[in-house]
Amino acid sequence: MKRIEKRKITNLIALSASILCAALGLALLFLILYHVLVKGLESFSLGLFTQDPAPPNRAEAGGLRSAFLGQGLLTTAAVLAGVPLGVLGGTFLAEYGRDSKFCRLLSQLCDMAVSIPSIVIGTFVYAMLVKPFGGFNGWAGATALAIIILPVVIRTTEEMMTMIPWTLREAAFALGAPYHKVITSVVWRASINGIFTGILLAIARVAGETAPLLFTSFNSSFFRFNLSGSVPSLTVSIYQYAASPYESWISLAWAAAFMVTIMVLFLNILGRVLIKLRTRG
Amino acid sequence: MTTTDSGVELMSVNNLSFFYGTNKALSEVTMPIKKNRITSLIGPSGCGKTTLLRCFNRMHDLYPRNHYEGEIVLDGVNILDKSMDLIKLRGKIGMVFQKPTPFPMSIFDNVAYGLRLNDIGNSSVLAEKVEKALRQAALWDEVKDRLKQNAAGLSGGQQQRLSIARTLAVDPEVILLDESTSALDPVSTQKIEDLLLELKKEVTIVAVTHNMQQAARISDFTALMYIGKLVEYDETETIFARPANEITERYVTGRFG
Repeated sequence: MKRIEKRKITNLIALSASILCAALGLALLFLILYHVLVKGLESFSLGLFTQDPAPPNRAEAGGLRSAFLGQGLLTTAAVLAGVPLGVLGGTFLAEYGRDSKFCRLLSQLCDMAVSIPSIVIGTFVYAMLVKPFGGFNGWAGATALAIIILPVVIRTTEEMMTMIPWTLREAAFALGAPYHKVITSVVWRASINGIFTGILLAIARVAGETAPLLFTSFNSSFFRFNLSGSVPSLTVSIYQYAASPYESWISLAWAAAFMVTIMVLFLNILGRVLIKLRTRG
Repeated sequence: MTTTDSGVELMSVNNLSFFYGTNKALSEVTMPIKKNRITSLIGPSGCGKTTLLRCFNRMHDLYPRNHYEGEIVLDGVNILDKSMDLIKLRGKIGMVFQKPTPFPMSIFDNVAYGLRLNDIGNSSVLAEKVEKALRQAALWDEVKDRLKQNAAGLSGGQQQRLSIARTLAVDPEVILLDESTSALDPVSTQKIEDLLLELKKEVTIVAVTHNMQQAARISDFTALMYIGKLVEYDETETIFARPANEITERYVTGRFG
């Protein structure tokens, strides 16, 4: 009896400690979300989407039209470059390279590349594409984001494709299908939801990146449909406006933070929902 | 080709050995495969019957470090030859696996898969061939109103008949069955057995099975394998009633081990 009581007490202590830690973590998270939502909604107006940033403390608050466009351009370019490369790379590792030690090593390197601090990637791209070309430009920004996307997409693609049982491939081979047909018409089809989810989560990740853009596309307040020269983005705008002494700019920073949070949250939730749908179906 | 009372020889396995790496899994197997007959491969687990079956469509080539010795002759050609076109070979020799393997697409697209590989793009020809294959596999009546639906929605038995239809659609000369009814209930098994007896009018069937009653029920010829060797090959009736070899007798009477 005594031993059982002792166990019960130990259990109670461990349980309350873990509940407390979980509550603390969640409380911090919700505090941040709550703050961003309240402050963001206060500064939110339709002008955000229709106006460009105004000089500080004028009558008109100004908006972030240019930053939305810039962010969209940077992310789109990064996805267009990073996703096809990543999907093809992951496919290679999962199919043609499955028996090669070198490919296993590559796949482990990708895992490491996922956790490289993004500022390191920023400075690398700065040295390769900013300094030699004489100034900040959007192409460098998109490249930095693409480099962040790439290992994430490679690894998710590889993992999703490895999960498809070999018998399914054998069944296609047994019908006389060449390997590339087996991959495109059977394996990709069977793993498309998982791969798509990985892509969404990768986009969600770069949507919140500031450091690599600070070194590459930097910021501007021009509304331009062009990636040459400095390109504004929501995250760098947050960084600059939040550090400014002007109240109207700080308010803009809150609005930008609100929008970035909403976008990342939406992409993440969409990703999770897709994973659920896939595991159910 | 030799003609006997019991059929024409379609394929002949001559002195076939197979190695997984350095591990010899088949030793000098020699046997005929008779045209329009069902040949069963039986034997205890690990005896090499599935390994032998997978030689016929060169499935082993998907994995590195495997190699064949000896020959399997079909239409005067050694299909184990390095220069053999595997895509053509697998069009001639189809395979149905132990577990149903529906592709993640509609019922129609599943059956049309092999046809589309052969560039049959004409939609009316395609639809005709799909219907014919589904009728041959005794599945048409159950799926004719939902050809566009995903094949994953079919029951296990239906999925297995779909796999058979998919294999039949490309008009193979031989169908290899790898314990294709072992994952099914008795009703579905019965349906597939009836189907095989019907199908042998048009194709040659080689079936690996653990189920000796099944081998006795459906096959014309039976080969018993043990530790990578062919112990005995004969007409099914002989194998079960008057086996020449003691191992065969012990195996078919269940006194093995």
